[in-house]
Amino acid sequence: MTVIPPTSLIDEDEGPVRAAPRKLSRTEQRALAAKGRLSSPWASGLAIIIAILWTVPTFGLFVTSFRPRSEIRTSGWWTLPFNWEVTLDNYQQALFGSSTSLSTYFVNSIVITLPAVVIPISLALLAAYAFAWVDFKGRGILFVAIFALQVVPIQITLIPLLSQYVQWGLAGSFWVVWLSHSIFALPLAIYLLHNFMKEIPASLVEAARVDGAGHVKIFFQVLLPLLTPAIASFAIFQFLWVWNDLLVALVFVGGTPDVAPLTVRVAELSGTRGTAWQLLSAGAFIALAVPLVVFLALQRFFVRGLLAGSVKG
Amino acid sequence: MDWLLHPESTGQKFTLMIIAILLFVVVMGVILFGIDRIKRAPVWLIVTAFLGPTLLFVAFGLVYPGIRTIRTSFYNAKGTAFVGFDNYVKAFTDDQFQTVLRNTVLWVVIVPIAATFIGLVYAVLIDRTRFESFAKTLIFLPMAISLVGASIIWKFVYEFRPDIGNIQQIGLLNQLLVWLGLPPQQFLLNQPWNTLFLIAVMVWIQAGFAMTVLSAAIKAIPDDIVEAARLDGLHGIGMFRFITVPSIRPALIVVITTIAMATLKVFDIVRTMTGGNFNTSVVAYEFYTQSFRAQNAGIGAALAVILFVLVIPIVVYNVRQLRLAEEIR
Repeated sequence: MTVIPPTSLIDEDEGPVRAAPRKLSRTEQRALAAKGRLSSPWASGLAIIIAILWTVPTFGLFVTSFRPRSEIRTSGWWTLPFNWEVTLDNYQQALFGSSTSLSTYFVNSIVITLPAVVIPISLALLAAYAFAWVDFKGRGILFVAIFALQVVPIQITLIPLLSQYVQWGLAGSFWVVWLSHSIFALPLAIYLLHNFMKEIPASLVEAARVDGAGHVKIFFQVLLPLLTPAIASFAIFQFLWVWNDLLVALVFVGGTPDVAPLTVRVAELSGTRGTAWQLLSAGAFIALAVPLVVFLALQRFFVRGLLAGSVKG
Repeated sequence: MDWLLHPESTGQKFTLMIIAILLFVVVMGVILFGIDRIKRAPVWLIVTAFLGPTLLFVAFGLVYPGIRTIRTSFYNAKGTAFVGFDNYVKAFTDDQFQTVLRNTVLWVVIVPIAATFIGLVYAVLIDRTRFESFAKTLIFLPMAISLVGASIIWKFVYEFRPDIGNIQQIGLLNQLLVWLGLPPQQFLLNQPWNTLFLIAVMVWIQAGFAMTVLSAAIKAIPDDIVEAARLDGLHGIGMFRFITVPSIRPALIVVITTIAMATLKVFDIVRTMTGGNFNTSVVAYEFYTQSFRAQNAGIGAALAVILFVLVIPIVVYNVRQLRLAEEIR
């Protein structure tokens, strides 16, 4: 893990010198060193520039979404302080205006997302349990096979799935969206939850078994409570992924106003009314609001999931 | 009962959603408690109960369609005649597809490197400072945003107004050009630079991911190494170059490969910002237009398979590096 260049090998003699009386704790020292680094004006300047580059575009669109249409068309959002006019009309129009009616699509997004999060997680939990704690023949091969399926880009599955759904007469309904999202989430979900499940000490499971607990009881009473953080972190991923998805929704439900989620509608607006920034800006923030809130509230779990190597493309 | 398939009102939709979840819970419950009731259930029965539904889903939704798409890629547009490798030859030799491939290569090379570099520099700069968590959230936020939302945000930054009379620029980037005394540009139209402006959006999104993972890796560098290096007179860029970067090498590789995979499949940005026009299309987007707009199933399938084949080496490399990292740990 660590490659140390020769210069950093400590001379034995230096040891005692370093351990001289008065000493800051190591974390304190590193904090001090970090401070020294940032107090270099170049470094802090660079950090601030990056931070600005990363926030200003979003901020600009956010400001725009509150400006009246005539103002948006004639002046930049940065002129707002000299020209203070704000309104909620854009949101009103984007949500309930007959040409956009994003409120309908907002409902669709919620209806699509919740089952598409609950179903794959439950299935994956059961499968991960079998892989982790039930001894059966072919377990290793099967697990590797599922793991390998993460490689399959969903693009490769779309056309055959769509024709199957059309055959069943289910195309363009919520059912196929739920089913598709669940299928696509399974390999990663199983892999992640299996890793977390393996971290639980085997002695806990053994003890429960000795006490006469069956698989179902072990699963619900011993493992599930310990897995809550892991489940939360995957749930956030899946939530963001489904809520933000465009491709799956576009292929399986197209633009049907009764099923299509926000992303599909907002992308469509961007194509057909690309210069109606009062609608686009408000529409974009209506679509962003929920994932942003979820993300900010549960960032801790999200980071945890990221570090466990869970990233879906 | 038509609303079970095509609900119209909000009430019906929510009812349907609850029914779907309940139905799922009931089915799973029946399976599980059925198993529990059987004394000394044989292992195969338990495995089937726990694993069966998943295997069914995966076989139906991933394995079977994958095989069918590979088959389709050897057939003509309508899927009626076997054409061998014609679709692939076309995908690699047609002028139109050459541009697509060139763009895809640009995306897959630039995005991971730029995003990782920016993420790494930022992670080092803010490491253990007072505003660390706030500074991280700022960079990280684009991760939560949909690619569609991000595209709209940046389309507005690139917005162009012709430079005549007293028309004001409303896009920030063009306003900056005007302030600098330069003529405004049609960033999304001017080839070949427009692809770079699309790539910038993906870099903007992925840098947060790189920053988070790398920041955790930096914090895991043992204190004595850092301290020893400092005693030896390493500071600033020297520390970065000789201690930080080599110590987090495995994390760097994981980040680069992961971003490369995500970039390979990027579709939303191209579709929302340019619709694939002005020579900005990439493989993942071309797959969509060929399959669902041009109704050319053969080429579409071939492009999907190409995508699949391109992902494999990246994943294999990624997994091998992960293994190595775990062994050392």
